[in-house]
Amino acid sequence: MSSQQPYQDIPGTTVFDSSQARKGYHLNQFCMSLMKAQNRQAFKADEAGYLAHWPMSDEQRQAVLDRDYTRMIALGGNIYYLVKISATDGLSVAAAVSSMTDMSSEEYLQMMKNGGRPVTGNRYIQEKK
Amino acid sequence: MARISAGVATSHVPLLGRIIDINQTDSDEWRPVFSGYDFTRRWIAEQKPDVVILVYNDHATAFDMKIIPTFAIGCGPEFQPADEGFGARPVPTVQGAPDLASHIAQSVIQQDFDLTIVNEMDVDHGLTVPLSLMFGQPQAWPCKVIPLAVNVVLYPGPSGQRCLNLGRAIRQAVESFDADLNVQIWGTGGLSHQLLGERAGLINQQWDLAFMDKLKDDYAQLASIPQSEYIRESGTEGCEMVMWLVMRGALNARVEEIHRHYHVPVSNTALGHLVYENRD
Repeated sequence: MSSQQPYQDIPGTTVFDSSQARKGYHLNQFCMSLMKAQNRQAFKADEAGYLAHWPMSDEQRQAVLDRDYTRMIALGGNIYYLVKISATDGLSVAAAVSSMTDMSSEEYLQMMKNGGRPVTGNRYIQEKK
Repeated sequence: MARISAGVATSHVPLLGRIIDINQTDSDEWRPVFSGYDFTRRWIAEQKPDVVILVYNDHATAFDMKIIPTFAIGCGPEFQPADEGFGARPVPTVQGAPDLASHIAQSVIQQDFDLTIVNEMDVDHGLTVPLSLMFGQPQAWPCKVIPLAVNVVLYPGPSGQRCLNLGRAIRQAVESFDADLNVQIWGTGGLSHQLLGERAGLINQQWDLAFMDKLKDDYAQLASIPQSEYIRESGTEGCEMVMWLVMRGALNARVEEIHRHYHVPVSNTALGHLVYENRD
């Protein structure tokens, strides 16, 4: 584990650090463009056409089209940028967030009501095995 | 001279702003969350702060990937509520305090903190939700606000110790400002939450409550916690808690905790709220 990345052994977690940020630069900047109503309309009218204007990888574009948040995070997206896509879709933050877990949106919300995901067993990758 | 009289800490979950905006705070579901602010709303109406220094983080709103300041102070005369992707919140324009803000910037920079000075920016839920929680839905906010944005989005953010020290420098700056002003400092964000990955939804009540306990007198110990431990113990976004240390650093060594509220969950997040008054 790199001393620069003392969080590499945390399970189910991607930290938005400088290497992720470099990878996701244009994906995140595309998300920023959705802060304007006219851009949200243009994106909704022609998603692939809108995405073509951004110098993103094909993999990143496909992940956006698929609304695959797990993939978008892996490809350098940051959740505060990505929720601008879910907001454009009229979805709650919790709906976007829960799609990255192994639960349905309803199961996830029920888990939260029950006090959230416990930290016990979730601190280290080794604990999960 | 100006003085800092009190500190307020609160989570700034965006959904709270939405519930206030659609007038649902008295519903059965939301009453237990919002009732924890009843005390503070009465208290602050009596306190009548002239200026609030509001420590928050920008959530990819005013700052995108182009420019990411670690600490930024808003010195402009006003700040508009931002459109974060679903239209701007229907809340008043935030009035700044340019004279005091510029004085703080100058003083704090001369105390070796390299603040970024921002004269124009929109402010997001990180700043407007705490205002709504404390003041409800007025036609105009009843005080001036100095936004102080801390980067906790791109790793690494500033250390807890750096945040505590910034608070101390801000206190010194305020106390050297030649005007009779009642100033409060608010630290916002947290408590435990993680908004991504298979571990999303993480909540650590034990950690949160220990943090709230220690903030009053054992803040030096909290200041030594590295960001990676916040992430491990309280989720990727739990590290927002360092902003509470800016607030604590700006207060006297002796404070009295006059109110506390903790509730799980609000959306994906554990909500925490504290009010401290300075004591001599």
